[in-house]
Amino acid sequence: MALAVEVSNLVKRFGDFTAVDGISFSVSKGEVFGFLGPNGAGKSTTIRMLCGLLLPTSGEARIAEHDIYRETELIRRSIGYMPQFFSLYPDLTVRENIEFYAGMYEVPRARARERVEELSGRLGLEGLLDRMTRTLSTGWRQRAALATALVHQPPLAFLDEPTSGVDPVTRRQFWEFIDDLAREGTTVFVTTHVMDEAEHCTRLVIMHDGAIIAEGTPEEMRTRYVQNMVEVQAAPLWEALEALQASPLVREAALFGDALHVQLREEVVDPAEAVRQALGEAGVAVEAAECIPPTMEDVFVALARGGEEAVREASP
Amino acid sequence: MSRLAHLIKKEFTQVRRDPAVLRLILIAPIMQLVLFGYAASNDVRNVPVAICDQDNSADSRQLAEEISQSRYFHLTPMAGDPRALEGLLLRGTVQIGLHVPRDFHRTLERGQTAQVGMYVDGTDSNNATVAAAYLTGLLRARGVSLAERSARAAGRRGVTMPGIRSEPRVWYNQDLKSVNFMVPGVFAMILLVLTVNLASLAIVRERETGTLEQLLVTPLRARELLIGKTVPFALMAMFDAGIIFLLARGWFHVPFRGSMALLFGMALVFLLHSLGLGLVISALARTQQEAQLTAFMVVMPNILLSGFMYPVENMPVVIQYVTYLIPLRYFLQIVRGIFLRGVGVEVLWPQMAMLVGFGVVTFAIGALAFRKRL
Ligand SMILES: Nc1ncnc2c1ncn2[C@@H]1O[C@H](COP(=O)(O)OP(=O)(O)OP(=O)(O)O)[C@@H](O)[C@H]1O
Ligand SMILES: [Mg+2]
Repeated sequence: MALAVEVSNLVKRFGDFTAVDGISFSVSKGEVFGFLGPNGAGKSTTIRMLCGLLLPTSGEARIAEHDIYRETELIRRSIGYMPQFFSLYPDLTVRENIEFYAGMYEVPRARARERVEELSGRLGLEGLLDRMTRTLSTGWRQRAALATALVHQPPLAFLDEPTSGVDPVTRRQFWEFIDDLAREGTTVFVTTHVMDEAEHCTRLVIMHDGAIIAEGTPEEMRTRYVQNMVEVQAAPLWEALEALQASPLVREAALFGDALHVQLREEVVDPAEAVRQALGEAGVAVEAAECIPPTMEDVFVALARGGEEAVREASP
Repeated sequence: MSRLAHLIKKEFTQVRRDPAVLRLILIAPIMQLVLFGYAASNDVRNVPVAICDQDNSADSRQLAEEISQSRYFHLTPMAGDPRALEGLLLRGTVQIGLHVPRDFHRTLERGQTAQVGMYVDGTDSNNATVAAAYLTGLLRARGVSLAERSARAAGRRGVTMPGIRSEPRVWYNQDLKSVNFMVPGVFAMILLVLTVNLASLAIVRERETGTLEQLLVTPLRARELLIGKTVPFALMAMFDAGIIFLLARGWFHVPFRGSMALLFGMALVFLLHSLGLGLVISALARTQQEAQLTAFMVVMPNILLSGFMYPVENMPVVIQYVTYLIPLRYFLQIVRGIFLRGVGVEVLWPQMAMLVGFGVVTFAIGALAFRKRL
């Protein structure tokens, strides 16, 4: 299958700080490709290089089969970009913003009108088209920004944290919309740090400190990076946490809602039983302890910790 | 519609919704016109003058009579002693003191240039300059007729006779109306103020509100953005120029003797310079506030050094050299020349050449800075 994005050894330095440290990956056409990572991982910096807003320090990248150094003009025509920070004209109405950008992409006027109707229908923006963009709340601004980024029907869309600051219901609608886009053939490149959103992606990478530390489908991520996950309910919870963190069998124990998520070492054969035993020895009453499939958040926490340890080991 | 047309339309929509910019475009020019047109033209009426006449001849009395009859001057009681003039000036009783020396009449009769001392209170330097220039003009006119008379009396016809020494300053504004001097100046100044201010916000504003991020991923070319960010301001400036021109003619009755095509053509050339200046500021500034402050700091000295209010000839020599670097100076000379003297390329070509040079160079620098900062 043809590649929508192809990146090899991409580096970006700001002074002597390396924001993106030689990353390589590729995205096939039609994918919903997730770009995950904690704050400052280098996600936006990568996207901005791929969109031609930032010149890489070194490395190669091809977008829609065009070279990012020599064919920026062609790349610009084939991508849509929704920046992380709101960037529509606050003193234009939603409709004026969308139509202005249709103009920038030379979408014929009649077609632009159709697109405004179509996108506002699908994103629920109908009633707000003539509102001044400045007066919209975050969720509606994000919808307007999404409509603007997609007005020219780009085959490849870069969405940088489209759901940041958006309530859970709207979040779900956004992802339904993104799924639809992909079904219609648009390749979507999306960043987020909300881990359960990663479930919507066909494939994802996790970035940390400028490097890619994991890559795969959500399913692969869960099975490959996190094993022996146990959810524990105990009283008192914090004593249980301390006891488990002290146990040599436990790799990681963290508070997760009103329960604990405990990851045991690979060699432990019956993790649930091991937890009961450890807590029994510590004199903490166990209400429940059962093996669970890890969530993406568990994956992320495990990987991020691992990443930090790797960094610490590398720099004595 | 082309990309450029969309860009220009967007720029106009934003201006229409920005009260601060609207004020700058619609109200500021009128205010400046009223301020400089009216305030200045009223000031040069009834300027208090005292004469210390030590000659006390028919000629000197006639001179005093003429000054007192002029509506520009108001003759206050005479001072008998030249030193008393100083006191009157110090107390602000008069703004100009004239000292007619004892040999005034005799010098004229000998066909030589008579010296008349003129002491000007420079506190209100703008007003004083204009008033002094008027009085000089009056003395000069008077001097010529007195000299001619004495020459005739002496039977030396046909020889050019020096009269009373005078250094004409506002010599082309012959009907001695400061409004004729100021209003064409406002025409030139407004173009500078408006375009430097608007263009200085061109990119900083989009950068600061974050809109540049979205704009720059579109296929829009840097050249198109540059034109889209300057043409609307040039159009607004020319609109203002048109309004000022109409008011100058219709309301202030400023004479217009030259070519309108030349006037507006040179205005366009000047806009190259002022827009270029604005673009440089816009490229260097990191915030809108910084851009506006810089624009102010650039525009003020430009106006002061251009000869808009104080004739360049009255500035210290060192400063006069600096004014050669101020394109507004050339543009002012061109505008006043076209308005009041009706001269064209045949006379103004040196100023026009300088203006074209400055226009092309500044705009080129502005365009480069703009591209670099995108
Ligand atoms: N123009 C810049 N100059 C200097 N440093 C920068 C610049 N842009 C980004 N950085 C730094 O590069 C690092 C990566 O930033 P980036 O915005 O790519 O992170 P991110 O993964 O998008 O984070 P977030 O989830 O918070 O959006 C950060 O440490 C940031 O401070
Ligand atoms: Mg980011």
